Amino acid sequence: MKKFTTDIHPPSGFSLGLKELWQYRELFYFFSWRDIKVKYKQTYLGVFWALLQPLGMMLLFTFIFSRTLNIQTGTIPYPVFVLSGLILWGLFNNSVSHAAESMIQNANIIKKVYFPRLVIPCSAILVAFFDFMMALLIFFILCIWYKQPLSWNAILLIPSGIIFCAIAAFGLGTFFAALNIKYRDFRYVVPFLLQVLFFSAQVIYPLESIHRPLLKYLLATNPLNGAIEFFHAALNGISPDMNVVLISSTVSLVMAVVGLFYFRKTEYYFADIA
Amino acid sequence: MSSIIEIHGVGKKFKLEQSQRYLALRDVISNAGKKLFNKKQVITEFWALKDINLEIQQGERVGIIGRNGAGKSTLLKILSRITPPTTGNIKLNGRVASLLEVGTGFHPELTGRENIFLNGAILGLRKKEIQQRLDEIIDFSGVEHFMDMPLKHFSSGMQLRLAFSVAAHLEPEILLIDEVLAVGDMEFQKKCIGKMEEVSKTDGRTILFVSHNLGLLKSFCEKCLYLQNGVIKGYGKTQDIIDTYLKEMETGIQNVVTTGNGAIDIHNYEIGQGENKTADLFLGHQATIEIQFTPKENLQMAEIAFNFKNLYGELISHITTIDQSILVKLIAGKTYTVKAVLQSVNFTPGTYLMDLFILNNGQIFKGLFDCIRFNVLNSEKVMRPGGFPSHVKVYSETSWEINQ
Repeated sequence: MKKFTTDIHPPSGFSLGLKELWQYRELFYFFSWRDIKVKYKQTYLGVFWALLQPLGMMLLFTFIFSRTLNIQTGTIPYPVFVLSGLILWGLFNNSVSHAAESMIQNANIIKKVYFPRLVIPCSAILVAFFDFMMALLIFFILCIWYKQPLSWNAILLIPSGIIFCAIAAFGLGTFFAALNIKYRDFRYVVPFLLQVLFFSAQVIYPLESIHRPLLKYLLATNPLNGAIEFFHAALNGISPDMNVVLISSTVSLVMAVVGLFYFRKTEYYFADIA
Repeated sequence: MSSIIEIHGVGKKFKLEQSQRYLALRDVISNAGKKLFNKKQVITEFWALKDINLEIQQGERVGIIGRNGAGKSTLLKILSRITPPTTGNIKLNGRVASLLEVGTGFHPELTGRENIFLNGAILGLRKKEIQQRLDEIIDFSGVEHFMDMPLKHFSSGMQLRLAFSVAAHLEPEILLIDEVLAVGDMEFQKKCIGKMEEVSKTDGRTILFVSHNLGLLKSFCEKCLYLQNGVIKGYGKTQDIIDTYLKEMETGIQNVVTTGNGAIDIHNYEIGQGENKTADLFLGHQATIEIQFTPKENLQMAEIAFNFKNLYGELISHITTIDQSILVKLIAGKTYTVKAVLQSVNFTPGTYLMDLFILNNGQIFKGLFDCIRFNVLNSEKVMRPGGFPSHVKVYSETSWEINQ
């Protein structure tokens, strides 16, 4: 029989703990499964709720902005343009806010059982991803409705956009999750920060409509802008602004590293302070 | 035979920052401001465990006793890796499962069956292992007809049975149990302990078991660890350790532990007979418990309840206002005095501890464990020569009629 040995000692050094995370992959699955199941069990309209927000916002923005402000979106019809940004925003927003809340919501489990704590925010993100897949489907239907062609390299661009968005969401989500446990009033800051990220992302307006390069590149530090840039490129066939993509994806990666590092560093004490 | 658990010099330090329960960013910022003018920061440190050295062999069942706050739960939490030690190291030569709570992670919206999977996974079972044992677990719980109903429709007793069944079917090499068996119905508890005892004996499982119920420890554990204020006070044969513990319990000061959401301030609590408030009660006489409290918020339908326990930690009696259909509506800021009259003290002579709770529907507003210690003394009402044997717990006042 295989012998399990565990050494317990005061925390020292830093490791990603990927091996352990892999051992607990089933728990990861069970947490995600629970959240999805509960969400869709409590309401038969579960899928509808997941789609209500992006679709509602799309209609709202189309009426307000495209009618009144005359925003130029090139060859892309405005509703398609807005929805492409909104669904990525939805993925980011839901991932970050769910991950941030997840540790507090599961505090009583954290205090009673050991498992790699990273399982919790990660499964919160997976749940958000599930909603995103529904929204993506609606997005493709909208593309067909507006006879919006996708460029041939969409098959690379769309997944790249999703991956960068998910990486950034993971970083910020784990960071906020750890901060939320440490500082109980941090949760009031989260919606505000997310709002800032929303308005600085090219959801309502295209980044190329900003002519001052300094402002444009400042906005590019918003990780969503790179991700949405990929989506827009998939729609209009114009290659993405590489400066924007580069700045944005660097920020995404930095966020992921910082978030993961901070989370791993503080997780030992979650049970003491939760 | 090699040790399955090796503990070397383990200690755990907590920082109590001005007795706050948790940090707020707001305070950190304002403290940083204060620091500029005033360098003093009050941080009290406290060692929940100090220099613990222990080796446990495979197949041993070890009970852990000690007063509230002695470090029993902290030790289990360190062993189960929920919290890291501050000093020392531990080597565990086997798979560990900890049972610090029953039904950890149960979700009311999921069905009984789904909760078995979720709870099992949280406790460290693989999906395959749960599937293999599913029938056995359901069978054992005795609530098989409700398996496809959401858990929220289960009574709390049924939920407990389900949770225990999952727990009883864990099969790690090392099992850590904290007090959890103190709840639930006795019959089912016995069934669970029986099951655990059986696997422990046949498979050589090692079990560490924290409990206040000394009677249970005596029958279940061959060895005991006695912790006091974070250090080992004794380790050895269960009977010897329990004897030492009881001797100190009878003389030492009691240790009141508070729980609840803090919606109520309790100012005073006492037990007495007439003018006598010394907490020496005479058997068969009337006694009065009086408590005074002020709610901080308006509370609908509060229930007031008392537990009486002997020094073995066994619950002897539980009284609650609900027995008389009394639920009190509490208004914030008012001071309430509650008098409970025990018509006749019927606990056999000895020392007892009382817990006090103000609660609603299972939610505790305020609870004080071990808040009153009292002695019951023999009185003229009971003439039995030599007194009651120690295993008799309750005296029932009786009138006899003998006819010919």
